[in-house]
Amino acid sequence: MNEPLKLKKAALQDLIDLLRREEFKVLGPVVREGSVAFHEVREVSDLPIGMRDAQEAGRYRLTPGVDGEIFGVVNGAGSLKPFFFAPHEILLEVRREHRGFKVRDATPAAPRLALIGVRACDLAALAIQDRIFLHDKFRDAHYEARRKDVFFVAVNCTRSAPTCFCVSMKTGPEAASGFDLAMTEMEDGFVVRTGSAAGERVVSKLQLPTAASEDVAKARARIDECASGMQRQMDTSDLPHLLYDEVDSPRWNDVAARCLSCTNCTMVCPTCFCHSVMDVQELDGNMSRRVRQWDSCFSLEHAHIHGINFRPRIHDRYRQWLTHKLASWIDQFGTSGCVGCGRCITWCPVGIDLTEEVAAIRAQRGKH
Amino acid sequence: MTPYTIHPARITARRTETEGIYTFTMRLLDPSVRAAYRFQAGQFNMLYAFGIGEVAISIVSDPSEPEILEHTVRVAGRVTGVMADWKVGDVVGVRGPYGNGWPVDAARGRDVVIVTGGLGCAPVVGLINYIIRRRDEYGELHILHGVRTPNDLLYREKFDEWRRVPRTRVYLTTDQPDKSWHYRIGVVTELFDELNVAPSAIVMMCGPEVMMRFAAHALLQKGIGDDSIHLSMERRMECAVGLCGHCQYREHFVCKDGPVFTYRTVRRLFGVSGI
Amino acid sequence: MKPRIAVFKFASCDGCQLQFLNAEDELLTLASLVEFAYFTEARSRALDGPYDIAFVEGSITTPDDARRIIEVRERTRYLVTIGACATAGGIQALRNWSEVEQYKRVVYPSPEFISTLSTSTPISEHVKVDFELWGCPIDKHQLIDVVRSLLSRAKPALPGHSVCMECKRRGNVCVVVARGEPCLGPVTRTGCGALCPAYDRGCYGCFGPADDANMEAFTRLMASQGITGMDAVRRLRSINGYVRPWRETADAIAKNQNQND
Repeated sequence: MNEPLKLKKAALQDLIDLLRREEFKVLGPVVREGSVAFHEVREVSDLPIGMRDAQEAGRYRLTPGVDGEIFGVVNGAGSLKPFFFAPHEILLEVRREHRGFKVRDATPAAPRLALIGVRACDLAALAIQDRIFLHDKFRDAHYEARRKDVFFVAVNCTRSAPTCFCVSMKTGPEAASGFDLAMTEMEDGFVVRTGSAAGERVVSKLQLPTAASEDVAKARARIDECASGMQRQMDTSDLPHLLYDEVDSPRWNDVAARCLSCTNCTMVCPTCFCHSVMDVQELDGNMSRRVRQWDSCFSLEHAHIHGINFRPRIHDRYRQWLTHKLASWIDQFGTSGCVGCGRCITWCPVGIDLTEEVAAIRAQRGKH
Repeated sequence: MTPYTIHPARITARRTETEGIYTFTMRLLDPSVRAAYRFQAGQFNMLYAFGIGEVAISIVSDPSEPEILEHTVRVAGRVTGVMADWKVGDVVGVRGPYGNGWPVDAARGRDVVIVTGGLGCAPVVGLINYIIRRRDEYGELHILHGVRTPNDLLYREKFDEWRRVPRTRVYLTTDQPDKSWHYRIGVVTELFDELNVAPSAIVMMCGPEVMMRFAAHALLQKGIGDDSIHLSMERRMECAVGLCGHCQYREHFVCKDGPVFTYRTVRRLFGVSGI
Repeated sequence: MKPRIAVFKFASCDGCQLQFLNAEDELLTLASLVEFAYFTEARSRALDGPYDIAFVEGSITTPDDARRIIEVRERTRYLVTIGACATAGGIQALRNWSEVEQYKRVVYPSPEFISTLSTSTPISEHVKVDFELWGCPIDKHQLIDVVRSLLSRAKPALPGHSVCMECKRRGNVCVVVARGEPCLGPVTRTGCGALCPAYDRGCYGCFGPADDANMEAFTRLMASQGITGMDAVRRLRSINGYVRPWRETADAIAKNQNQND
């Protein structure tokens, strides 16, 4: 068990076909609107072969990469989040009846998903969302319905984007858990490890040969190289105290002057879970739907109650986001809310970089 | 079943407390939901107005009769505005109970200080009634209430009624008195000069954060421990089950970790704006 | 008795009131719930007030408009402005930065017959407005929502956050980050469903400024994309150009530009 196996590049199609035969809807990174996101994949050629991504704070471009490389694009704006915690969904249908109403649970009939090319940081993010929606005081039925029986094919990262800092957050570049199969891409194929009984079943059906020890060593070296070459870092020492103590840091004003409060960072974040719950009536007044949709702590409405707004300034809202993500999240869920995927850095239109903000807050600690 | 599901309940009584404040008595319609429903003093329900939305409203009736649910609603926003029109016989929605409630067990046998301010703090009305119904189980009861103007003093008769309960003192104050005012004049913290309680007393408060901060400070001076001072916090609540994120108060979710917190728990955060 | 609805037009293109007629699926239901007492685009019979809800389209550009809106207000319980013209002054508020008399002489053969104000102003500068629907044109769903809320005796719930949130919920890729497109989304109020970014274009700001828009940061973002001076002014001084904070930001950039020239 768990002996590294070898999947030839040509056999990736066999994996996709097998999963499709087993009635999974297979999703993988697909080029859309100048980035990649998880969409349905039927052929290997649907994947961004020979492409890479150029990322920096506030900028993303797809670029020509290495011929034949299938998983050269590290990540795109879309994480796994929308597949389990839907951006917009109906929770309940409430129908007016004679002198009352009837409530119907709208728990979704979710398709069985197989996700190919999932990165370690995104699996770590999913584990964090699981803690919130499945393992906290209240279990979320909608999340649960989508989350069960998903097949994950992870890809260990052999290159990182300049915005990545998973090593600091201890989530990558190698997938540690939460996958059925984990693959490391080489020139001629993949070194594959299994992570579950379902994964074992799949590789036995594919009759994969054992990987040569040179291949295993090379795969290991590539992952290690990716880790040691990671450009961005975040010093997580003394969190949450650093941010709790620095509630009055002058840096909050500094970042508030730059922040558009547009909510993009929270939307692309694979762990941000804030959502609004609203009741939307049909015009005839006989039917109302309880809807939930992604919300953001950057919206002015987020902390508003009649007559009081608890976080009226962008200063308050940026501080809330960063403090929650890196500090209070630990108290709430026993883990940081950040996995180091770097999306909030890349997809911030003005390029605000939380690693820089934390470093600045740390540098000014106690000096103001 | 989703934690967001709503249970229909029929309104069996409606009482006007004062202009814009109404108390609704309601009964869950589904017999099995009703039979299983239990709550503790100070917990809240999400009340639903068909098609409009929900608001968190504390339960003011007595937990020993969980089939009767009373909620006092102050008309303030979009949803409570619709609730003002609720009539006896209407079917509304209930989801709950949520939150941790008041520490009525820890308070047993001790002197109890209840501090409120601002506009009619319904959560403490339920608490006061709870203690009065079990008067022998508790020590001295001190009720302190500060209002900005005499017009803000809701439930004037209730305070007069509580004044007549054995071993109970009521302290009222305003900083902008008029001719009708025959209580004390000054801000709520000045009431503490008159308050004579043992350091073993337990305190429960509800009201504007600034008032609670000054009150907590005055009570600490009297030797009451910061873990014996309990405050009810207010934040936006949409889900009430710790998932939607709105009610966060730094590391706390007010809906599931609160709404009642000890002063020890929140003292670092108290008075910091924008949290 | 069914609530009486009126739809009034001031200086505008009719596109917003057309949203009533575009609400094809809901139109019959709507007609069964309310009485259109005054809606000249849809029916010739016009009834006098009072009206329960008056939807007002268009801005105030003539002395007659300025009188008429006061009459409308007097006969109306809830006055709801619909669209950028009524809510912000509209594209025609561009006149607020120029000489109307000059235009009159250029455009009309007999300018002496034209009675017009020197400005185009939103309804809220003339009478009390109860609710505002932004957009050019307004969003059909928001319109239906306002009617339904008022029928349910509730205040309409109209969000004020940025287009970005809706854009990302929809799964769009940010056109600023991935393509370097100019986009007003981060400072624009939601409501359109992030329509333009869904078609790979930047946002034009049809729904006016979002709550608490950080215009200084946004001005720097535009500058980083090479949009400065009168180019930046023109982007802000558009359909909703007369409304703060866009007006003030554009004015400040223009003033700066003039000083530099």
